[in-house]
Amino acid sequence: MADKNGFLLRIITPERVFYESQIDMVEFNTTEGEVGVLPGHIPLTVIIKPGILHISEQDGEKDAALHAGFAEILPDCVTILAETIEWPDEIDVKRATAAKERAEERLRSRTPETDIARAETALQRALARIQVLK
Amino acid sequence: MASMRDIKRRKSSIQGTQQITKAMKLVSTVKLQRARTNAERSKGYFDCMYDTVNSILRRVGHIEHRYLTQGASRKKAVIVITSNRGLAGGYNSNVIKLITRNPEWKKEDLEIYCLGNKGREAFHRYGYNIKVSDGDIVENPVYADAMHLSAKLLQSFAEGEVGEIYLAYTAFKNTVSHVPTLLRLLPVEVSGEEEGQSSEAAAIMNFEPEDVEALDMIIPKYVTSLIYGALMESVASENGARMQAMDNATSNAEEMISDLALKYNRARQGSITQELTEIIAGAEALG
Repeated sequence: MADKNGFLLRIITPERVFYESQIDMVEFNTTEGEVGVLPGHIPLTVIIKPGILHISEQDGEKDAALHAGFAEILPDCVTILAETIEWPDEIDVKRATAAKERAEERLRSRTPETDIARAETALQRALARIQVLK
Repeated sequence: MASMRDIKRRKSSIQGTQQITKAMKLVSTVKLQRARTNAERSKGYFDCMYDTVNSILRRVGHIEHRYLTQGASRKKAVIVITSNRGLAGGYNSNVIKLITRNPEWKKEDLEIYCLGNKGREAFHRYGYNIKVSDGDIVENPVYADAMHLSAKLLQSFAEGEVGEIYLAYTAFKNTVSHVPTLLRLLPVEVSGEEEGQSSEAAAIMNFEPEDVEALDMIIPKYVTSLIYGALMESVASENGARMQAMDNATSNAEEMISDLALKYNRARQGSITQELTEIIAGAEALG
């Protein structure tokens, strides 16, 4: 697969190698906002925020829900070390919806003890899961 | 000389034991295969994590960062990974010895985070300070367990309760070789090797957000992944060690059985000879 227009995307989780292929473009959400990576990007390390991972392959497109981890971007290779990532068909809609409601409820009825950062991350995660299914 | 009946009883008891050790060997062989596949599958993540963190640390050089400098406290937190069950040869005692036989460590300075019941029993006996003990994690390690543990450790490091964090586990080299290993988790050690080629690539790496912020987020993940990796390798090593121990036990039993069979046959022959002599002697006396 020596297509000089593409680059190698590797997504690795603690349990398995999630994805490894030559692709055209990848988009995902980071702490600094959403990024799209094309071949020949400058070397960059970013921290991932929950969101949709969008892969443009040479012959098709793929989506996945990416929740936590960090990514190392090099001109010819992108490595995403993901703590949690799921394909759409691995997501349980009911659970995601329930988690979204729970997180919203926690944010609405916030008390001094509420861990707001945690609730917000939970909400983002649930939203990413629901969106990726649409 | 033991009677025929005694020898026979002994032999059948050893045969019973042999059947058990044989069955245990089979079970741990199957478990080992599963644990090894898991360990190998997850290895890519840790290698990658290790490389990335190292290249980041090499690049930022000697900056002041709370995870890179030793805490003020003399206390050390040590995570010890052992098994819940015995009969695994030296697996547990080798890991425990790493701590109890360490000449530089004083008993009072250590806080033990014990994973696995065997370790807890041993450290309790020696009178160590056990901060946390959990036996369930080692049965079937999942990433979330490692995350909870590392969060707890990082918190006590950040609050200055402990100055250093260590990890004692058994590294899995291959089926027959398992190496008890002691690793320092925090402060992070920057390995000086492989400077040559990779420092060039590292020199142009950029960060979003800034270095220090990125380290704040990456190092907890790094610690978690090391703990998880150690758990996976330890489980594989445990089953490997048990398989070996049970294999030895089975062949020892085999040896004892053949020895006893020889003794039994000799005793049998002896008793027949004796009976014959007695009969002949009796017949002669009558005649």
